[in-house]
Amino acid sequence: MSTAAPSAPTNRLGLTKQDYVGSKSTLCAGCGHDAITTQIINAAFESGIEGYQVAKFSGIGCSSKTPAYFINQGWGFNSVHGRMPAMATGACLANKQLINIGVSGDGDSMSIGTGQFVHAVRRNVPMIYIIEDNGVYGLTKGQFSATADKGSSLKSGAINELPPIDPCTLAIELGCGFVARCFSGNPKQLGAILKSAFAYRGTVVLDIISPCVTFNNHDASTRSYKHVKDHDFPLHDLGFIQYSEVEDVDIAAGQTELVTFPDGSKVAIKAIREDYDPTDRWGAMRTIHESMEKGEFLTGLLYINPSQPPLTDLLDLVDEPLATLPESLLKPSREVLAEIMASLT
Amino acid sequence: MNATPVASPQAQGAKTRINDFSIQVATVNGSGSQTANMVLLRAIFQMGVFVSGKNLFPSNIAGLPTWFTIRASAKGYVARKASNELLILMNAETAKDDIASADPGALVIYDEPLQLDRIREDLHCIPVPFQKLVTASCPEPKLHKLVKNMIYVGVASRVLGVDMEEVRKAIAKQLKGKAKAIEMNQTAATAGYDWAMEHLEDQLGVRVVRDNKTDGLIIIDGNEACALGALFAGCTVVGWYPITPASTLVETFIEYAEEHRKDPVTGKATVAIVQMEDELASAGVVLSAGWAGARSMTSTSGPGVSLMSEFIGLGYFVEAPGVFFNVARTGPSTGLPTRTQQSDVELCAKCSHGDTRHINLYPGNMEECFQFAYDAFDLAERFQTPIFVVTDLDLGMQNWSSKPFAYPDKPYDRGKVLNQQQLAEAKDWGRYKDVDGDGICYRTLPGTAGGKGAYFTRGSGHNAYALYSEKPEDYIEVMERLNRKYETSKTYVPAPVIRPMGSSIGVLAFGSSDPAVIEAQDILAESGLPTDYLRLRALPFTAEVDAFVTEKRVVYVVEQNRDGQMANLFREAYPEHGTKFKSVLHYNGHAIDASTIVDQINAFEQR
Repeated sequence: MSTAAPSAPTNRLGLTKQDYVGSKSTLCAGCGHDAITTQIINAAFESGIEGYQVAKFSGIGCSSKTPAYFINQGWGFNSVHGRMPAMATGACLANKQLINIGVSGDGDSMSIGTGQFVHAVRRNVPMIYIIEDNGVYGLTKGQFSATADKGSSLKSGAINELPPIDPCTLAIELGCGFVARCFSGNPKQLGAILKSAFAYRGTVVLDIISPCVTFNNHDASTRSYKHVKDHDFPLHDLGFIQYSEVEDVDIAAGQTELVTFPDGSKVAIKAIREDYDPTDRWGAMRTIHESMEKGEFLTGLLYINPSQPPLTDLLDLVDEPLATLPESLLKPSREVLAEIMASLT
Repeated sequence: MNATPVASPQAQGAKTRINDFSIQVATVNGSGSQTANMVLLRAIFQMGVFVSGKNLFPSNIAGLPTWFTIRASAKGYVARKASNELLILMNAETAKDDIASADPGALVIYDEPLQLDRIREDLHCIPVPFQKLVTASCPEPKLHKLVKNMIYVGVASRVLGVDMEEVRKAIAKQLKGKAKAIEMNQTAATAGYDWAMEHLEDQLGVRVVRDNKTDGLIIIDGNEACALGALFAGCTVVGWYPITPASTLVETFIEYAEEHRKDPVTGKATVAIVQMEDELASAGVVLSAGWAGARSMTSTSGPGVSLMSEFIGLGYFVEAPGVFFNVARTGPSTGLPTRTQQSDVELCAKCSHGDTRHINLYPGNMEECFQFAYDAFDLAERFQTPIFVVTDLDLGMQNWSSKPFAYPDKPYDRGKVLNQQQLAEAKDWGRYKDVDGDGICYRTLPGTAGGKGAYFTRGSGHNAYALYSEKPEDYIEVMERLNRKYETSKTYVPAPVIRPMGSSIGVLAFGSSDPAVIEAQDILAESGLPTDYLRLRALPFTAEVDAFVTEKRVVYVVEQNRDGQMANLFREAYPEHGTKFKSVLHYNGHAIDASTIVDQINAFEQR
């Protein structure tokens, strides 16, 4: 199956990283989104994800092009602006065995798609919901988005006077059980979080600050590479341990906190900021808000609670995908119709 | 003014109308009058008489005027009738207007204190002391409002000659299982009946006489019939958002699914139903679930279709299946949300921006609501596209008598889907390659193992291999093939039903207009103007429609909207016959009636 050189390392499925790539990116050279794509490929490879079980969804915008750039073995659906969450919802209902990855942007999710974002999180639709967040509309050439920081300016000099919408605190408020913020320029942290995300059942919200090199990388922008790098405050060092490896890994005692996922996988969280507890929902909210006021980007696992049932559990669906149930299980009998007709006479 | 409580129109030489009349009941909404009206309707139905009921209700929960009309017809005419032979006026607020518009000679039952007998002398007034009867028959004052309505059922039954035993049975049926309510209502109806026996003389103007026309028939509304069609079609995913008059379609589906769509072994659900945040999200769920292999649906009305239209275009262009019920109401905008109209014809025919054409099904009766709902899921999967099932408030929410539905024996058509093995054998598979020349390509479902079926679905330009393309030739190829696919669907959609009378005059209608058109056709024929009637049941137009249009010297297109939307579609499809199409229109929010059609056709024919 592998198409790469025989010497390339393989994962537990015997696949190489080359088996997880997609078509060539057409984004601007140096775009933060491509760095995210690379980490998605790495995480899927390292986690041993079956490509054919992956469904990739997106809306409209630069970020929404990226599902074509990873996991060619999965099915992709580039839909309409702001509606990616509904697409993931429908597909997860049709086939609850799919691994759903939704890629959106700050324009797609925090303006036209805010309603869909909110309700997908509220329903705990099983999906990794990635927001590639650069504070501007790239594909329409650099207008402010709703995550742009107050006081940030466009290349033209226009200043944003409106407060930003923060997807992370919004997601925590809505009860999301896995909320993280990352920086596309910190591949190690992003990789660990993506691998953890693959092990989670429910909505994962990843707000990934991903500078737009073409329209929002100037000195007066608060989303430029330099600005984000200078204001990136990682909360912790993360290590993801897949369920299959749990027994082989020595976890240092002491400051490391372990959060266990339903499949037995664990994420080891070694605090950098010792006052931050990612399992304390309201404490996390307070700290994030305080840091935002100071212009900092707190990055890492902002909130984690792996015990919440996803939408597909709440609906108490049969184990098999609804999509492929046979007619014998779907069509009520002749007797049932006769009974219903008799009740209507 | 009448000295006796009821003077018989017979005395004035009028003919007795046996099993052929219309009743209008005016009440206040939220007062429980719907139950009383359904009991009266059922009791007449149980007497073996064809009957239909139409509820004219406000967009409101309680306190506004509402009217219910019941039409009985020995000939089986079930359309709304413009004139009413019996009025029951229970709403003080509207009573004066109601009586002003009453037809001369009508019987009028009303609450005694309203003193309506002072207003017109050409009516047959029946004042009833409702308050006195309520107080005597019901000990609980808080229930008086509800019980009062059942008293007029008793009075009307006596006036019309409906057997009280049928009324008692109808109450038990209507209030299934609620023993206390049944007893209380039966007591009230009997009180009304007994009072009328004692105080009213027989009237011979309007009578119900026992017949056998309803043996074995059911009473149902179109939303329930569609819900049952979807249930038997094996619908597996529903994404919906409440809207009048479409909500009860999904709500009824939910009730039936609770009972009939559980795995017999595990008790787990074989259908996922999610009330979404809006119609946009509902449409997204329907199409992505269809894309992933489910049989999916939503139910909405005009405003919902407007919101869904972006997604409908996506579904058309990426070729994702899904069933969209549009239970149409009076537009534009919010319009008259609780009134009927056929004004989404063009919207559903070409929903969304760009060049789009959709398969539309137009059921015209309850059996077709069931059957077309069932067929829509096959068509969606066969043609990999959104399918509209277009009904309206009149079909969807009113009560109709119908033959019981035949069991749909036809196995599901899951369309052209390649599984893992077929993919392994396939050479050079492309998602949008027209292998069979019918415009329908082979698709794969996400989650199919084997590593050969994955493809990227996009609403942007794509080629036969589903790769991004802005090349003119790739775009043209896709758009031409979509046209070819639409052409293929002509042999799959239901053909029209033709009611011929050997005439060169064509009458063309669809959906809920059917009963009024049949009645109008008979009236016209009796007056010496036979016509041939074609009832359209789907878009695209089939060969039978082509032939009809070609043969006729004129085609009267009857529809319930202002702009003649269906006639517009015909002029576009048959430009060479463009001048043949004449619009017969009715669009005031009330269901269409035969006299409107007769009058307009007579005017065109200069008779």
